[in-house]
Amino acid sequence: MEVCGGHTMCIHKFGIPSLLPKTIKLLSGPGCPVCVTSRYFIDDAVECSRTDGVILTTLGDLIRVPGTETSLYREKSAGRDIRIVYSVLEAIQIAKDNKDKKIVFPGIGFETTAPLSAAAILQAKKEGLSNFYILSAHKVMPPVMKALITEGVKIDGYICPGHVSVITGTNIYKSIVEDFGLACVVSGFEPLDILQSIFMLVNQIEKGQPALENQYSRAVKTEGNKKAQEIMYKVFEPADDWWRGMGTIPMSGLSLRKEFKSFDARQIFKPVKRTESEKEKGCICGNILKGLKTPADCSLFNTICTPIDPVGACMVSGEGSCATWYRYAREAI
Amino acid sequence: MCLSIPAEILSINNSMAEVSVGGTRYNANIELVENVNIGDFILIHSGYGIAKIDEAEAIDTLNLMQEIKKKELRS
Repeated sequence: MEVCGGHTMCIHKFGIPSLLPKTIKLLSGPGCPVCVTSRYFIDDAVECSRTDGVILTTLGDLIRVPGTETSLYREKSAGRDIRIVYSVLEAIQIAKDNKDKKIVFPGIGFETTAPLSAAAILQAKKEGLSNFYILSAHKVMPPVMKALITEGVKIDGYICPGHVSVITGTNIYKSIVEDFGLACVVSGFEPLDILQSIFMLVNQIEKGQPALENQYSRAVKTEGNKKAQEIMYKVFEPADDWWRGMGTIPMSGLSLRKEFKSFDARQIFKPVKRTESEKEKGCICGNILKGLKTPADCSLFNTICTPIDPVGACMVSGEGSCATWYRYAREAI
Repeated sequence: MCLSIPAEILSINNSMAEVSVGGTRYNANIELVENVNIGDFILIHSGYGIAKIDEAEAIDTLNLMQEIKKKELRS
């Protein structure tokens, strides 16, 4: 199972499943942050954008994701000040240029992205910017990777996420090998990187010796990026978090530490209290994210659910399983 | 979301660097990566450098990939 949307894209873009023997099946797991994040997070972002004096800055990935009733794209069309940025650094610049406004940046993503939100907060603090806020839904990978195994999802090995590992280092997967006996290989993103990682996993499994190996050694070090880790945990602390398909997983999210609460966007609008639910018009995104189903099993796929008019988050995000299958594999279904 | 791309550092000005991504120039923040110099390749993620690419390891991987290609051509 791969648990990175970038790997999912590469696997299907280059037709890797068609090159493999029938004994090897690749499953996509919960590796796309947009897909695993609650639609209520979008509702919160929408609510922020409707608040007087707010400029909402967002990475393009989030703009079309449906919330309960609307999306940031629709709100932008309705006249809200919502700006697509390439980096949180641009959000900081917008905050500097608009001191009379409140600038909100929705921070989603795993360990790759969380240090950047943290660095932006530290920069805002250093520069005395009191009009910059993060709406955080950052998550960390190891708890969900373990939760999938505990829940009984049948997998023999993980293609571990390369750019998460750039930050965390490789040891975060040690307990998956030691406690659960699963093969783990940290992989790069070129098609040959992935083929080599599959080869390494197969070798481990055939020998009956699950291990932790690093195929992406040109970028990933055992200890990871310590400076990024330090910054991330200076600003955030582990907290329980909700994942689409998995529910609440203990200590799988990142919450702003007390001393940085003044940067929390949740203080400038009133989030409505809701109970998480996954009933979305027959959508099976939850099971797809767990590797229990594939897009081919969904009756909505390529019928009423398409990238132009998506029902579930997996079809919205460019690296979601459904969008990837739609782009590269729908004719094979 | 975790997309990161390799870029070559062209110049450095405190925590910012001008980098080349396949010929396209871009300004990236490099405060999260240590010991980087002009000419080094780094991985850029959403405006920040997040890792220095290890040249020796990259060459090893490229050589391995070339080897696989040669084997493919022979078979």
